[in-house]
Amino acid sequence: MGLSLFEKIWNKHVVKEIEGGPSVLYIDTHFIHEVTSPQAFKGLEKRGLPVFRPKQVVATADHNVPTINQHLPIKEELSRIQVQTLKDNCEKFGIELYGLGHPYQGIVHVIGPELGITQPGMTIVCGDSHTSTHGAFGTMAFGIGTSEVEMVLATQCLMQSKPKLMRINVEGELNKGVVSKDIILYIISLISASGATGYAVEYAGSAIRSLSMEARMTICNMSIEMGARCGMIAPDDITFDYIKGREFAPAGEKWDDALAYWKTLYSDADAKFDKEININAADIEPMITYGTNPGMGIGVSGHVPALSEIDEKEKPSFEKSLHYMGLQPGANIKGKKVDYVFIGSCTNSRIEDLRMVASFVKGKQKADGVEVWIVPGSKQVEQQAKNEGIDKIFEEAGFMLRQPGCSACLGMNEDKIPAGKYCISTSNRNFEGRQGPNARTFLASPLSAAAAAITGEVTDVREMIP
Amino acid sequence: MSKQLSLVKSTVVPVNIENIDTDQIIPARFLKATTRDGFGKNLFRDWRFNNDDENQPKPDFPLNNPKYHGKILVAAKNFGCGSSREHAAWAIKDYGFDVVVSSFFADIFKNNALNNFLLPVVVSDAFLNKIFSAVEKDVNAEIEVSLPEQYIKILATGEQESFDINNYKKTCLLNGYDDIDYLLSIKQDIEEFEHAS
Repeated sequence: MGLSLFEKIWNKHVVKEIEGGPSVLYIDTHFIHEVTSPQAFKGLEKRGLPVFRPKQVVATADHNVPTINQHLPIKEELSRIQVQTLKDNCEKFGIELYGLGHPYQGIVHVIGPELGITQPGMTIVCGDSHTSTHGAFGTMAFGIGTSEVEMVLATQCLMQSKPKLMRINVEGELNKGVVSKDIILYIISLISASGATGYAVEYAGSAIRSLSMEARMTICNMSIEMGARCGMIAPDDITFDYIKGREFAPAGEKWDDALAYWKTLYSDADAKFDKEININAADIEPMITYGTNPGMGIGVSGHVPALSEIDEKEKPSFEKSLHYMGLQPGANIKGKKVDYVFIGSCTNSRIEDLRMVASFVKGKQKADGVEVWIVPGSKQVEQQAKNEGIDKIFEEAGFMLRQPGCSACLGMNEDKIPAGKYCISTSNRNFEGRQGPNARTFLASPLSAAAAAITGEVTDVREMIP
Repeated sequence: MSKQLSLVKSTVVPVNIENIDTDQIIPARFLKATTRDGFGKNLFRDWRFNNDDENQPKPDFPLNNPKYHGKILVAAKNFGCGSSREHAAWAIKDYGFDVVVSSFFADIFKNNALNNFLLPVVVSDAFLNKIFSAVEKDVNAEIEVSLPEQYIKILATGEQESFDINNYKKTCLLNGYDDIDYLLSIKQDIEEFEHAS
């Protein structure tokens, strides 16, 4: 029997199998950031252990950093201490840090790929659930907790039970105005916020194959939003072209060797999956969420489900969610007023996202009363945007281009959406309070978010493009 | 943190809500600490208090209801979804729970819980409903969870169900071992693996 992409990578990284227990997996690259690492370093110190393979660890500060005036000291004391603690730990344990002020600083899941650190066939972990992003390169990438961060720092290994395998095939051509964010929101709305729990998911099919690396990362990024352990896409020429020439990509003879291996990383024709889902790309329209988990999504021309469409058992959670959002069952979503637009996060803050938004808003003006934040995923994305004159387009449209970080995705740093306000956001979670206490989130693509910035309400972007 | 788990017999705190994500369990603005301590006071922060004010508790939320107490938290399906923050497990443990019962747990949360000697017990939908009903009938209804025997029992009715846990993790929890102890013990295997690949 043939092997799946997942199994090929898994098998190559098993150090040991424990009978009746998890496997010990070797981890090639470990990304860390300021929020989920301090307790892990403390644990190492308590045990008197060094970092086992410091050269395989890369650090950045992203969750808890301001996105304006990054040259000044961080205002909030606890945030400042946390970012400083990361710096101290990296110095002490010999770990490379791309911290504030470094030209490589940025959101951990943006910088790994853009520096060429993320490569096909690798195992990657990070104390962040959106580590699944790296799976776009045909890597096995897991989000882990802090005890596991400590474990990997101490031994470069992780204990994992082998997940079941799911393949999601998206075939055909995407409609006008529909981008990769819509594909993943559509998938999650179809299978629910827990539909892939216990599974590693491989995305396949012609619609996936035709996507750029940035677009593929958006899809793999949100795998966790349906509960998946990881998401992955088999590498191909689009992947190899993206990696070639990047800072930490192999070069010369090493490139040839790597490429020969990478080309073996695909699911064999007779590979077995525990579950397979087929989706027709033509069925997908621009998506938007109306509720408080990412599975509560609908096409923008649709309506919030009526009570009669909801299972009796699920009604209390559904009603709680709509109450929080200030929406009525059965209501149209189009035309709903928005107060904030947030374009950023590890889901949609790459140069291609910014280009997409810029080309749409060029010559247009934001609506009165709407605040628009564009937060690039990294210093390199920020610089590239400036090089291309995208910053000017945003400025003319009344959008604010900020500095790199996780920003308003998670209501942790200075960037929060005020209570009761509606934010159309390109991030990944619409949970209660996610963007700030009592903030209300509509998840959508960068294109749909840009359209709402111009009209001041939830808009069907298809009506605004030729 | 109590390291080691065996038999837990206690009343329960029921939170009958589906898809409880880790942002609800501990909102991100409380993740700024650099130690593992003290997260319990902010457990379910925004569901417990109005306007982020400890003087304005929401009386309807079970944690604020003095009639509910105990070492066992019972929640509806897909508990712990979303962010990988282990702070969620720390907050639940620090608040005083040793066991979380649901019909379905998110993967990362489950691992985080196990790594903190907080036992996630998966029961069937039917059994979960029985627990909720038993507590509705009598807030002092006790539940017994036996890790060695792998069962969960509603003491008032005697109804019980067995639950799964892999042998390796079970041994860790019963004896107070953690994964790092184990991984350090096979360091030679890890180095050999590195040389071979």
